[in-house]
Amino acid sequence: MPIESRRDSGTLIIQTEERVDSANAQAFYQELDSAIESDDRAVVMDMERLAYISSAGLRVILQTARKLQQQNAKFAICSLSGTVREVFEISGFDRVIDIHPSQSDAIAAVSG
Amino acid sequence: MGDTSGAYRILVVDDEPDLEPLVLQRMRRSIRSGQYQFVFAQNGVEALQKLEQDQGIDMVLSDINMPQMDGLSLLDHIPDVAPDTRSVIISAYGDMKNIRAAMNRGAFDFVTKPLDFDDLRVTIERTLNNLTAWREAESSRQRLVAIENELDVASKMQQSILPTGFPTTDEYEVFGSMTPAREVGGDFFDIFQLDNGKIGLAIADVSGKGVPAALFMMASRTLLKGSAIGLNDPGKVLREVNDLLYDDNEAMMFVTMLYGVYDPETRILTYANGGHNLPIIVHDDGSSSVIPSTNGVALGILSGGEYEQHSITCAPGDTLVFYTDGVTEAIDNEEEEFGMERLQETFKWGPEDCREAVLSILDAVSDFAGNAPQFDDITCLALKIK
Repeated sequence: MPIESRRDSGTLIIQTEERVDSANAQAFYQELDSAIESDDRAVVMDMERLAYISSAGLRVILQTARKLQQQNAKFAICSLSGTVREVFEISGFDRVIDIHPSQSDAIAAVSG
Repeated sequence: MGDTSGAYRILVVDDEPDLEPLVLQRMRRSIRSGQYQFVFAQNGVEALQKLEQDQGIDMVLSDINMPQMDGLSLLDHIPDVAPDTRSVIISAYGDMKNIRAAMNRGAFDFVTKPLDFDDLRVTIERTLNNLTAWREAESSRQRLVAIENELDVASKMQQSILPTGFPTTDEYEVFGSMTPAREVGGDFFDIFQLDNGKIGLAIADVSGKGVPAALFMMASRTLLKGSAIGLNDPGKVLREVNDLLYDDNEAMMFVTMLYGVYDPETRILTYANGGHNLPIIVHDDGSSSVIPSTNGVALGILSGGEYEQHSITCAPGDTLVFYTDGVTEAIDNEEEEFGMERLQETFKWGPEDCREAVLSILDAVSDFAGNAPQFDDITCLALKIK
């Protein structure tokens, strides 16, 4: 399932797909790349639907975070399921990426 | 191999005259069997001349301190005259400054003085296997063949860096195994001897796939080995590897790595963790627990990242099991994960030795997964304390 995105008062909100592994990581990256405009300054990635993410998927998140940093955009992710949160914690990515429990928290963190 | 005889040609560069007869003597079997040919030079200038005249040289083995042109300057010039070669540096034991400088200038690996010829043989073999895999990758790229071929080449590169022998002493034994996924995942492990009878053990998982991931994997392994020999503390080792990987990481690749030093005299394992799954300690009654967690982010992504270290004291009969997420995240046909509980279940009947411990995990994963396709490498490394 491809990603879905919408803009809400200046914040780009992206809903991820259910599974990101080495088989679809490249496609995931390309979808994110075309969803994000160069003038976006606030981006939230909602992972509510995400059931599994492999290290290839983490790399895409990281590439996206780096790209957004370069265009001076704020970036946060939210609504991680237990197993996905565990992947972020084990890899230490929770210290590199801004993570929030809910979409409204994440939107508040990136706007303003 | 530029030579029609099929032998690999190795250029040995050292200003000490006794190295040439020593190499010819100790490597005579490989020379006689036509596996290797050796060419010699006294310094960097002479080495560059030889490389220019003789395009068939596959590998350079060079000392660092030499008159006229030293080994580090030689490394800078090799790509200009002979881009299709691999270099290995001979350095003083623990000379991290020069080893690191050599790695930054493109050395593939290093050996330390005084030369241990068994180690040298393994290093030469690994270097040339890697070169062969690399050449296949290059020719695949030039011919624009299917991606599967590139994955095949990456898989050969991955296999070429795994250790082939496992140390067994009166105090401990080690065994490791990696089952590659259909699409190369990027797992590796390593074991090496350190000062005072200690051993270094590492398990790691590189993100991404294909040749770029395989190259990142090799850089990680080489930097780890270099740092581990120069520094005692696992936390400092991971910090150094992280900094070196971060410096040149445009592609945003990363590696999760757990590195530990085991001292057989005190039975203490000191470890640090860069975002990897924590090992499990299995006692001889079959009970097991995950070792305490320590802070640390996957290597290559956070500038100046710090790695906390921790020590545990083991008892005779304990087995430390290092593994990658390919084990716990292996899925069956219903997409259920193998998980920690099933992993710990495999130890309940108390494996006799660490080979059995590793193989019983791999069997349990394979039985569980059935014919469901696996997306990640499945890797296990075990250390049994006697």
